[in-house]
Amino acid sequence: MNEPDLRVNIGGLVLKNPVLTASGTFGYGREFAPYMNLHHLGGIVVKGISLAPRRGNPPPRVVETAAGMLNAIGLENVGVERFISEKMPWLRGCGTRVIVNILGDSLEDYRALAARLGEVEGISAIEVNISCPNVKKGGVAFGTDPAMAEAVTRAVCEESHLPVIVKLSPNVSDISIIARAVEAGGAQAVSLINTLLGMAIDIKTRRPRLANVVGGLSGPAIKPVALRMVWQAARAVKIPVIGIGGISSAEDALEFILAGATAIEVGTANFVNPKAAEEIAVGLARYLSEQKIAGISELIGGLILAP
Amino acid sequence: MNQYEEQAEVLRQEQLAPGIFRLTLKAPEIALAARPGQFVMLRVSACHDPLLRRPLSIHQAGSNGQIQLMYKVVGKGTVLLAGMRQGQKISLSGPLGRGFAFAGRPALCLVGGGMGIAPLYFLGKEIMRGNEPPKCVVLLGARNAAELGPLAGDFRDLGITETHVATDDGSLGHHGFVAELLKSRLDPEQSWTVCACGPLPMMKAVAGQCRARGYECQVSLETMMACGISACLGCAVPQPDPQAPYLHVCKDGPVFKAEEVAWP
Repeated sequence: MNEPDLRVNIGGLVLKNPVLTASGTFGYGREFAPYMNLHHLGGIVVKGISLAPRRGNPPPRVVETAAGMLNAIGLENVGVERFISEKMPWLRGCGTRVIVNILGDSLEDYRALAARLGEVEGISAIEVNISCPNVKKGGVAFGTDPAMAEAVTRAVCEESHLPVIVKLSPNVSDISIIARAVEAGGAQAVSLINTLLGMAIDIKTRRPRLANVVGGLSGPAIKPVALRMVWQAARAVKIPVIGIGGISSAEDALEFILAGATAIEVGTANFVNPKAAEEIAVGLARYLSEQKIAGISELIGGLILAP
Repeated sequence: MNQYEEQAEVLRQEQLAPGIFRLTLKAPEIALAARPGQFVMLRVSACHDPLLRRPLSIHQAGSNGQIQLMYKVVGKGTVLLAGMRQGQKISLSGPLGRGFAFAGRPALCLVGGGMGIAPLYFLGKEIMRGNEPPKCVVLLGARNAAELGPLAGDFRDLGITETHVATDDGSLGHHGFVAELLKSRLDPEQSWTVCACGPLPMMKAVAGQCRARGYECQVSLETMMACGISACLGCAVPQPDPQAPYLHVCKDGPVFKAEEVAWP
């Protein structure tokens, strides 16, 4: 049998396989180069970029929880200009698709970021973060209000000639409403879920374990929630869905694909095993070969509900 | 970047003192690349809980491909680590971070408190390696003699005869804090480079004394971290200027010049 076809299409963007890395868990790509061949990945989504550099939150910023972790990094990043001058030259030669995650405090910020990045060679798509739980303004506010979510999406799409992926917050009561709003705004795809809002307390000191008090929960602990929301979103919209949340093996990735995800992002697993994303891509190919499935697209949304 | 992920084989697990262990692993690539003050990330379990790798400073690394780690059992990760036996494999990534700068210094003083002593042994060994090693003084602090185990002897075996001890309970050496030994044990005429690792109050006291005497001071800091390779940005440390960007222990450290960081 021929090599299985792992290619997927995200709103016109063809990926060699469905494995991406989640923003904020893969640095600017280069940090992982000692551990894997980046060209084995479908693409990488780099750390969220804002117009101006951001300091982020005071420490402590991370804490381990049962089968997961909480973070409140606060979107620390080098800002768009330093990203373009310092990070993009290396990324252009890294051998895989580069997707840039953007975040802002206002529609104007998002618009300016989309326009600026559109001028830069080597970027394959924009992922719009409307869902970070760790910053006061912007972020999650855009992600929980359908009208705001649609407006941000429209603003970015107007400025960008690149495919636009909008990353959704799980901290909403009905994900399908937000997903449909983003689709109406013109997004080529949605990715979900971002982290779930959580907290942890040190009972000895009676203080919160994070300086920000609350933070985003990620890791295997959130996978069932993420899978449910990906399934709901995939049923709500016609555009491709990218599944994120606790994926740490090819089996996990296959669950998301069966639930309707066209691609997946590996997040916290990159911290646990710096080779995780590459191993998941290899594992998907092996699974297709073993099951004699010609292409991964045959599995997308293949969940069987009827008895 | 000379970083590796290796399935390291456990060669030896020794209990040095109650709750304190020294683990010897075979990890040739990491051992060869390691420098004093750097650390590794250990995956203590193949399961999802505990999830994250544990950062541990390198206690010793040699050209024989072996690496030693010293740790105290404090939580579920170190409980699992203490259960590792000869022949078992453990995923190790590293060497990571910026270590101690000791080349060309005429007089070095290594100050360690508790588990902070771990990386100083590797440093002491490298300092004493040459034909004409610089002047070297080691000051070790612990709660009691038992916690210190064989460590003072290990430093003396390197040829560092000026190895002095302080214990909280007075059961060995000076009865009091190790930082107090800086006054009594260092020749004030020398231009010292002090390398410290231990609890934050200890390092703060050491840094304060060095500042007062004009000594160069390097401190090895510890924070929560998820990845160890500057991807998560969890290990932020503030600089003295509150407007300046945060430093990161995994990449800018773990060893910092004392004046680079804001002391609480």
